[in-house]
Amino acid sequence: MEPLLKVEDLTVYYFTRKGVVRAVEDVNLEAYAGDAVALVGESGSGKSTLGYALLKIIPPPGRIVKGRVVIDGVDVTSLEGEELRRVRGSLVSIVFQDPFTTLDPVRRVGDQVAEVLTEHGVPKEEARARVKELLTSVGLPPRLFNAYPHQLSGGQRQRVAIAMAVALKPKVIVADEPTTALDVVVQRQIMDLLDRIRASGATIVLITHDIALAAERATKIAVMYAGRIVEYGPKDEVLNSPQHPYTKGLLASVPTLESSEWPKPIPGVPPDLRNPPPGCRFWPRCPYATDECRRYLPKLVRVGPNHYVACLMVGR
Amino acid sequence: MEVLGKLVSKVLKSLAPSVPERGRGMVYVGLGIVLAVVFMAAAAPLLTPYDPTKSVADPFLPPSWGHPCGTNKLGMDMWSRIVYGARTVLYVVFSAIALSMAVGVPLGLISGYFGGKVDRVLSMVMDAIYAFPSLVLAITLAVALGPSLVNAAIAIAVVYVPTYFRMVRGQVLSIKEELFVEMTRVLGLPTKDILFKHILPHLLPTIMVVFSLSATDAVLTEAALSYLGLSVQFPTPDWGYDLYRGKGFVLSGYWWLIFFPGLMITLLAAGFALVGEGLSEQVRREVM
Amino acid sequence: MGLGRYVATRALLIIPTVLILYTLVFLILRVLPGNPVIAALGTKNIPPEQLHKLMAELGLNKPLYVQYFDYLWRVLHGDFGTSMVIRGRSITADILERLPATIELSVAGLIVSLVIGLLTGLGASVKKDTPVDAGLRIFGAVTYTLFIPWLGLLFQLIFGVWLHLLPVSGRIDPSIQLKTVTGFYILDSIITHNWVALKSCLAHLILPAITLGLVLSGPYTRLVRSNMIKQLESNYVFAYLARGVRNRKVIMHALRNALIPVVTYAGLQFALLLGGAVLTETTYDWPGIGTYLVEKVSYRDYPAVQAVVIVFAFFVGLISLIVDLIYAFLDPRIRY
Repeated sequence: MEPLLKVEDLTVYYFTRKGVVRAVEDVNLEAYAGDAVALVGESGSGKSTLGYALLKIIPPPGRIVKGRVVIDGVDVTSLEGEELRRVRGSLVSIVFQDPFTTLDPVRRVGDQVAEVLTEHGVPKEEARARVKELLTSVGLPPRLFNAYPHQLSGGQRQRVAIAMAVALKPKVIVADEPTTALDVVVQRQIMDLLDRIRASGATIVLITHDIALAAERATKIAVMYAGRIVEYGPKDEVLNSPQHPYTKGLLASVPTLESSEWPKPIPGVPPDLRNPPPGCRFWPRCPYATDECRRYLPKLVRVGPNHYVACLMVGR
Repeated sequence: MEVLGKLVSKVLKSLAPSVPERGRGMVYVGLGIVLAVVFMAAAAPLLTPYDPTKSVADPFLPPSWGHPCGTNKLGMDMWSRIVYGARTVLYVVFSAIALSMAVGVPLGLISGYFGGKVDRVLSMVMDAIYAFPSLVLAITLAVALGPSLVNAAIAIAVVYVPTYFRMVRGQVLSIKEELFVEMTRVLGLPTKDILFKHILPHLLPTIMVVFSLSATDAVLTEAALSYLGLSVQFPTPDWGYDLYRGKGFVLSGYWWLIFFPGLMITLLAAGFALVGEGLSEQVRREVM
Repeated sequence: MGLGRYVATRALLIIPTVLILYTLVFLILRVLPGNPVIAALGTKNIPPEQLHKLMAELGLNKPLYVQYFDYLWRVLHGDFGTSMVIRGRSITADILERLPATIELSVAGLIVSLVIGLLTGLGASVKKDTPVDAGLRIFGAVTYTLFIPWLGLLFQLIFGVWLHLLPVSGRIDPSIQLKTVTGFYILDSIITHNWVALKSCLAHLILPAITLGLVLSGPYTRLVRSNMIKQLESNYVFAYLARGVRNRKVIMHALRNALIPVVTYAGLQFALLLGGAVLTETTYDWPGIGTYLVEKVSYRDYPAVQAVVIVFAFFVGLISLIVDLIYAFLDPRIRY
């Protein structure tokens, strides 16, 4: 089976006035239909940028410098202009983190969802009918069609955003911290909704800093640090036998109900991506770092079926 | 004139280090224009040999070397009228604004600081005046007082009192709660001192911005009043008045009768406007 | 709060403003030095009995506060009294006759302002931080300082005298007959299918409208620009693009959000519009309330001047109310 989503050597830089920020570097990923890939990492690790890259919607001054994103056989990175516009929302779509600012405040919610359809060739009448169906499918009463965003709660607005994201049945849906702004109860509902969507054959890329969430919902986990993927594999493997020191550190820093010890934070701070250290980017904080780590950038190495790690110390 | 010059350079020096790039450029250009006009007014006798109120040549002469701005219906040299007209305009504008400030700033300070019923009533009145077309109000006042330069100045002054009042009051309201004001109260300083020695200095940047912006308005209002025949009287030179006189001859094609006076009005107004814009960019940046 | 209550609340606020202005004008015109009758007649040499008789006729010998309420009462019934100078002529009739002209000019001027402001603001925001942006911003800052009579007279010189392209005075070619239904010549010519008249009206309206509109467009340029920039940088615009909505549509949506403060501003600046209209009217011999005011002022016809000022005050209040309504319509967050 061919992977639905393939990311090859993706590199994204932001060319700012204060220097070039190497937000994402040499990222390689694969995912299949029905997968939920969790992109896990601290803020600034490049996970959102990677997510935006899947739609080729990096805001200036950012640019995809190298690599490709292939979704269902379509090289998104090679598309421009009208072709790119058509693909956004229909082949791959995104749900943003803050439901309070991502909807147009002066237009009715139903109109905004309908617009997603009409801008992609669906006739107006049909679009209206489909919107009512979509609203129901995300758990909203169809009469909310005429509501304005400020009349809805955060959870409801996020459902609207999800309705817009699935309207054209895209193959890949990027969910950038979809529940961070919402309370835990609503979080569960939203994640359940995303699970149902996944069941119908889409691939979800879940961007989150919350490992617990990833543990619960993901099928595959990709750990990102300083713009690079340091570990990637099936959820159980990554969680139960983490190979990368950062992953180990992350897991150790999460409080659990079972252990009686304090969780251990990872000392230090992530590097400035305008001037990342040579060699492995994690070495300043890594308890296993050696001189070699300082000099050579580790590449992803296979340590198990579908399990990859970028660390020089692996196996030693 | 001397005093004015000294004041201006003092203001300039205090501004120079803190005015950011774009703002600074605008302030300098604007100030340059204003000072050029001030110079024109001050050095009038040096700039032209003619008396602007007397007929010195044939009427309706187009611009030439002898008369760079031509002559009007009565054979008066237009360039002289421009140069001496600067005196009239500056006199009215500065006295009007001085009067406006003298009334508006203290009222704003008091109203903002003490609050209460007085503040509410005063604010309502000032807001009503502020919302009303300033030109119409100025016209009404000028009519009631009778046409003269002094009365025009008073009319303009009244119109801009609310502007100063609101600006000062607004600032006072926000500064009132600051710690250093509390301290002056705790120290038991006389209220008059608190208001004028401690709060007022903080308002100076804003007052300067409002000053330049109201100067722009004042120039245009003064010109409007004399254009409508409500301020100066013949034969006093004044740019708006010359427009009033020249209007009737447009159809005959005597363009210089209106071009030069009107140009000066716009130029002086633009000068003040640039200063105001430049200063307000600086104030904005300081606030941010 | 509901639209109805919102409107009612705003409407009530006009009353104190108009009252204050009425009082102010009353004080100015009655209290300030000078006997109005003498001023109007232009001479001090009137036999005392005749003076008293005239004053009694005009009600000027009653105590001030009586005059104050008297006049107020009559105004509320739509009666502005009669002109002091042209005996017997109803001021109300005069005003009603001239009001449409001023409204027509003001609306045209406002439209021109908005169009200029919209185009320049949009251009500046889209080309942010380029020389185009800087140029347009300076343009916006400077147009305000163009002295309206000067600009108007120059336009007349260029387009009327030198190029013979456009008429320079009046509302319509005097030789054309137009049946006036509403008083708004443009509407009237459309209603009566009088296309010759329509053409003439528009030709007469162009220069004054552009003069007025150009000078007042500056703030709109700035406002549209800064608001558009704010919108274009907002999250929902990014979200629109991520959904594959076309660029042009996104700009339209952003514009609608950006225009809300512009509308409010238009209302606040209505006073400026009226002031500018007065100058424009006198420059173009446009037969509106502005020229009426100036005429009456030169004759010292106090009752007429007072009436005009009250009308102006009322309109300023009315417009701010209408602006509030439009604002509520545009921004659903206010209504619900």
